[in-house]
Amino acid sequence: MLYIFCPHCGLRSQNEFSYGGDATVKRPALNKEVSDEQWNNFVYNRKSPRGKHVELWQHISGCRQWIKVQRDTVTHEIFKTVEANKEI
Amino acid sequence: MGQNFRLANLGLINRDKKISFKFNGKKYFGFEGDTIASALLANGIHLVGRSFKYHRPRGFFGAGVDEPYAIVQMVRNKETEPNVRATEQELFEGLDAKSVNCWPSVNFDIGAINNFFNKFLPAGFYYKTFMWPKSFWYRVYEPFIRKAAGFGVASTKYDSERYEHKYEYCDLLITGSGPAGLAGAYTAAKSGARIILAEEKPRFGGSLLTSDVNIGNQSGKDWADKIIAELKEMPNVTIKNRAQVFGYYDHNMLVMSEKVSDHLPKSKKFTPKQRLWYVRAKEVLISSGSIERPIVFGNNDTPGVVLASAAKEYLKVYGVLVGKKPLVFTNNDSAYETAIEFKKYGIDVIVLDTRINPKSEIIEEAKDLGIEIKFSHVVVAANGYKKVKSAQISKLSDNKKDLGKIEIIKCDCICVSGFWTPTIHLSSQSGNKTKFDEKIDAFVPGTSKQNETTIGSANGIFNLEETLKKSFEKGQELAKKITNNDLKISVPQVSEKKSTNHDKFWCVPLPDKKNYKRFLDFQNDVTVSDIELALREGYRSIEHVKRYTTLGMATDQGKTSNLNGLQLVSDVENKVVPSVGHTTFRPPYTPVSIGAIVGREVGKHSKPTRKSPMHSWHEKNNAIFVDAGIWLRPRYYKKGNEDLFEASKREAENVRKNVGVCDVTTLGKIDIKGPDAAEFLNRVYTNAWLKLPVGKARYGVMLREDGIVMDDGTTTRISENHYHMTTTTAQAANVLSHLEYYLQLVWPDLNVNVVSTTEQWAGAAIAGPKSRDLLQKLFPDLDTSNDGLPFMGYVESKLFGVTAKIFRISFSGELAYEVNVESDNGNYMWEKIMDIGKEFKIQPYGTEALSTLRIEMGHVAGTELDGRTIPYDNGLDGLVSKNKDFIGKRSLNRKAFIATNRQKVVGVVPLDKKTSIPEGSHLVVDENAKLPNPKLGHISASCWSVEYNNPFSLAILKDGKNMIGKKLFALSPLKNKSIPVEIVSSHYVDPKGERVRS
Repeated sequence: MLYIFCPHCGLRSQNEFSYGGDATVKRPALNKEVSDEQWNNFVYNRKSPRGKHVELWQHISGCRQWIKVQRDTVTHEIFKTVEANKEI
Repeated sequence: MGQNFRLANLGLINRDKKISFKFNGKKYFGFEGDTIASALLANGIHLVGRSFKYHRPRGFFGAGVDEPYAIVQMVRNKETEPNVRATEQELFEGLDAKSVNCWPSVNFDIGAINNFFNKFLPAGFYYKTFMWPKSFWYRVYEPFIRKAAGFGVASTKYDSERYEHKYEYCDLLITGSGPAGLAGAYTAAKSGARIILAEEKPRFGGSLLTSDVNIGNQSGKDWADKIIAELKEMPNVTIKNRAQVFGYYDHNMLVMSEKVSDHLPKSKKFTPKQRLWYVRAKEVLISSGSIERPIVFGNNDTPGVVLASAAKEYLKVYGVLVGKKPLVFTNNDSAYETAIEFKKYGIDVIVLDTRINPKSEIIEEAKDLGIEIKFSHVVVAANGYKKVKSAQISKLSDNKKDLGKIEIIKCDCICVSGFWTPTIHLSSQSGNKTKFDEKIDAFVPGTSKQNETTIGSANGIFNLEETLKKSFEKGQELAKKITNNDLKISVPQVSEKKSTNHDKFWCVPLPDKKNYKRFLDFQNDVTVSDIELALREGYRSIEHVKRYTTLGMATDQGKTSNLNGLQLVSDVENKVVPSVGHTTFRPPYTPVSIGAIVGREVGKHSKPTRKSPMHSWHEKNNAIFVDAGIWLRPRYYKKGNEDLFEASKREAENVRKNVGVCDVTTLGKIDIKGPDAAEFLNRVYTNAWLKLPVGKARYGVMLREDGIVMDDGTTTRISENHYHMTTTTAQAANVLSHLEYYLQLVWPDLNVNVVSTTEQWAGAAIAGPKSRDLLQKLFPDLDTSNDGLPFMGYVESKLFGVTAKIFRISFSGELAYEVNVESDNGNYMWEKIMDIGKEFKIQPYGTEALSTLRIEMGHVAGTELDGRTIPYDNGLDGLVSKNKDFIGKRSLNRKAFIATNRQKVVGVVPLDKKTSIPEGSHLVVDENAKLPNPKLGHISASCWSVEYNNPFSLAILKDGKNMIGKKLFALSPLKNKSIPVEIVSSHYVDPKGERVRS
């Protein structure tokens, strides 16, 4: 079980969190024309990197904040966690 | 029966307490503190089971966790338990155990015939034999393999024992209470660190319980007792015996299984059988010790062949002799302690040492005691079938490759020692890359990956003085890191007689023209020749060799066999052991019961149960409940002998005719506040929200970004910047997370707050033509006219002094209102409604009637919004705004989503107007078409229409728009039904929606 540092609450066990996928995906702005390819990349296409990955977690059984976590997908090592509005 | 093999006044058992137990139906006696193994050995019983493949007689090989053979089926407190290690299970009064893997009995086992047909059971036998003919697999092979596999029978009864989980945090976790663990724990505890010390055995002390050493001016055991006594008094120390740390997981989380009551005839009240500890430790000291490995020789599985360390443990802990004519066979010093112990109690012993001329204090002592020692000698093979009768021994050439003349000496046990294998499972599981240590011929931990440090013999240090020195140091170093205290503890003087060198000899060659079975893996019957065959057949990777031959598999996971297997592979392949590598150490280290893993989360505790504030009223009024997510909702209220169909029909009819009330507390409710709330809703929902006036509700549909409908519900504008959103019961949590995601990550510029208020409000839906009359009586001051409170209107009022929110919304298609009050007042509201509703013939209705009402109205719900449909499929076209962007809109342009023959929700009526259509039935053109019959759609929901008194269903049908009026078949192969049906509009009742607006 991972031990995730919530920037709002401190170190908490994984079972308080829910996984939210790739944090680097940016939603196209509203009312903006986007190509099928751009839209499909946003909705469906994800990389599955081996190594460092910036991902979203939500502290659902805690402060309910979405946070960004930089984790190694091989070793599960967590390098950094930041609030939703910050970049890693 | 007398205990002929028990010595008087020796050991750590309680001789004042005699315990009777049964083994294979026969009654025996032992003492408190015995294991099944020690008690049977005291009674002279060596034959405990039959081997897995050849059904050869098997006895005891170890004295603890390493035991490969002595697995028994046990009855405790009337419950049968498989896979119990006789060397670990402590004796209790009335214990009843029996041998496994034998029939009809352990003494006469028919399966032993395999032993004589062993040419037909080579490595990979199963893979080679059970491949063909294919049709034999289900009928012949699988049942046969299932019957032959496993070590015992699992109970099919409900497990009435209690298992608990515990989450714990500590500064330092120490796994094992041998000399290393005690030294580390003591220093850290003295420095003030919060520590947990876990010991798998009932007694603390590890090797100090049996080895002949002195620490300071006392024996090793006395030193250990003193340290343990001191630790137990310290408030910062948790100390647990019978507790096996079996897995090292991510981020320094370790899991430990504590056998709380397994040693008792039955668990005490309020005490679990076992407890699973999840321990998050800042630092871990792995002091898991080492396991003696055997030397491989002919028939080395004969009962009576035991590890030298086990023989010593039986003697010193239990006062039991494994034999009265022992032979000790060793390549190192540690077995001399065993020989000396025998000699001390008057038993003559012969030592065979593979070494040419070793020198150490302990060998001198053995010589002085008059023990016969034969250097450069080996055991070639054991003689005897159910018990060792003699041994064939021989001199070994100096190059260790040739045997001399075979000589037979009488003996009744062979105590074997091939040196020690560090127990590196936990270190390896932590991610530590192990390395091979040539000096000890075994793997040791390499560089730490997590916060773990391996000490003592687990780290390949077999010298006590060095172990203590390094363990005190490590304990101090870690404690300083955690507590900042720099406490120095001086290392006591140690006297130890044995040296740590050993002979790198592990397998005795076969004599000419002899083909003795030489076992590597005792639990799975893997012999030297099996491995050789696998290598000849081309298996190279050690992981493949393991799976092909089953070396190191099953419940002991090769604790005594892995290293010898690696030696053999590297010898045959002419490689060095480190380049062969070892198989992965996976948790658990020892078998863990499923009960312990599940803990208290069984039966209704497997998930939380949520109840509405009106739950007790429903209970009192014969409600039959149904699980709705984690909520319990009344499905129907039973009157007399009614069944589900009759009751739900009565309830639905009453709504259409008079008035009904339904508990809608479970609907998800989300409070939305902020100046940008309208804009936010406008982005979340597919329809327009900017112009919704205060005091009005609106139905909305929200999509996922892929265009699929996520949820629907009504949202009401309570005041300028305050909205009350409702979601379906099932999606409440997901919708909240969804909203939070967009507010926190995508549009953080929107000034909006969302919070769940599901549990804050109790809700009652009042539906039916007489609902307005009822509402007027409930709220006498309220203008309930169509102008005063129009369809989709909202108003706040007082229900006999209690604040209530009134929404004129309808799920049933009838004139209807939803009344919400604060949860604490829920029951009060409900009783008032029932009381005042009497004159209007009110009846409560459950989810079954609720479904009926919505299905015949053609309102889509969870079975249509099933995660595969878009708004157009559900006839919600009018709710999809063309003028604004919203979540998921771009996806609705996808080719498949704009296809003209898309699936649509339609209504389905059976032609005979009698036969109910099973949900899930497929709609097809030709009922007799060849299977798989092309499917045009499926039945999503079925009911008995109370309006027309015939069955009615909703379906999701391809090109549904153009199918109305067509005749199809509803096929249900599961129910063996084929029903001719007609496709109709989904809006079966009141298609213009006049009633809700009346």
